Amino acid sequence: MPRQKDPIMTEIPKGGYAGRQPQNHPVALHPPYRTSVKRSPQAAPISFPTTLSEETAPVFGHSMLGALDGDLLHNFGPQDQSAIGPRIIVHGRVQDQFGRPVAGALIEVWQANAGGRYRHKKEGYIAPLDPNFGGCGRVITGADGSYEFRTVLPGPYPWPNGPNDWRPAHIHFSIFGAGFAQRLITQMYFEGDPLIWRCPIVGTIADTSAVERLIAPLDMERTVPMDARAYRFDITLRGRRQTMFENRMEGL
Amino acid sequence: MTDRPESASQTAGPYVHIGCTPNFAGIEGVYPEDLGARMITGEVTGRRITLVGQVLDGTGTPLRDAMVEAWQADAAGRYAGQEGHDAHFTGFGRCPTSETDGSFRFETVMPGAVAWPKGGLQAPHVTLWIVARGINLGLHTRAYFADAPENDSDPVLGRIEHKVRIKTLMAQPEGDDVYRFNIHLQGPEETIFFDC
Ligand SMILES: [Fe+3]
Repeated sequence: MPRQKDPIMTEIPKGGYAGRQPQNHPVALHPPYRTSVKRSPQAAPISFPTTLSEETAPVFGHSMLGALDGDLLHNFGPQDQSAIGPRIIVHGRVQDQFGRPVAGALIEVWQANAGGRYRHKKEGYIAPLDPNFGGCGRVITGADGSYEFRTVLPGPYPWPNGPNDWRPAHIHFSIFGAGFAQRLITQMYFEGDPLIWRCPIVGTIADTSAVERLIAPLDMERTVPMDARAYRFDITLRGRRQTMFENRMEGL
Repeated sequence: MTDRPESASQTAGPYVHIGCTPNFAGIEGVYPEDLGARMITGEVTGRRITLVGQVLDGTGTPLRDAMVEAWQADAAGRYAGQEGHDAHFTGFGRCPTSETDGSFRFETVMPGAVAWPKGGLQAPHVTLWIVARGINLGLHTRAYFADAPENDSDPVLGRIEHKVRIKTLMAQPEGDDVYRFNIHLQGPEETIFFDC
């Protein structure tokens, strides 16, 4: 066997999580989103280097998942019946800011049905409930950070904010990474939706490219012919800095 | 060194409970139990306590549509996943605020002191994360315990410039083994939030 000559990199225990970059996030106070006015902190947040409290997180094993947890078409209604509406696959990868896959990440999703109606007692939209659609699902990322679930394309819906505000079609995502510092809740939007750029909630994010990263493109490669279209949504979480590297030759 | 930017947060919205606590939201039969419904799963070691509170907006009105998550060490100061942690304690709790009075409640144990990276210990604390409609990025804070002597040497509390605000991080004892931690999103008593 030839001798391995390339140096290999051995990673020394990781350092803390890199600080959150405010420009990637929405502002707390954005008056066009009216509810933010009285719910936004006014003082600057306080920083400290992450500790075990932020670098650990609950671990959720695949054994927690039911067979249909990642299939919103079928996880609520009676057997042999499917949710009503355009069938889609949503898939992507969860990685950290340094490009490392985040394996074992729990992703919980929730959404309105194809007509734009949530299954919730406070929901006031006249669009009908779908008896076959609950609106929640969850998956855990694989070793390469990938995930996939099936659902219906959610409808846009009106909401009480300004006199005539409509949310673009969206799916809510909650993600647990390996550290509580990575905890994130966000929303995925759909390529080509004209409501995205009119939405006061989207408007809480000042940076256009940060909004664009929340817009999932149609992915014909993953489409299942005669069954479901596919959208790709990649998610980036905070990452831990590497404190140092050790370069050594194999066998030394 | 940052290769790619973190995905932007967006509000959890008014229907966060559909996705995170569907049984509470009346969507039954999808998951057997809501995630984080129990932090204690058996014969746990340590002093059992209840952590209660409300999340209040800038007018002092409690939020009835929020979700609070708790993450803490066990009685010996070890987190789930660390060697030797208490097998009957998950360390993770999730609680929707009540539709009647906006309160949250965690049945848990008094956490032990947790190591500080540069040596020494952090005083017992529970990490809390708050999301709701109108909150655009989840809010991270810590509940310390007002009667814990370790608070005086806690390195995080020691960094806080405006000492007058430290009291916003103190859960106050309220009867036997009950601590109250009210979270003020805004106003003169605004809770300290962390960005780490
Ligand atoms: Fe929504």
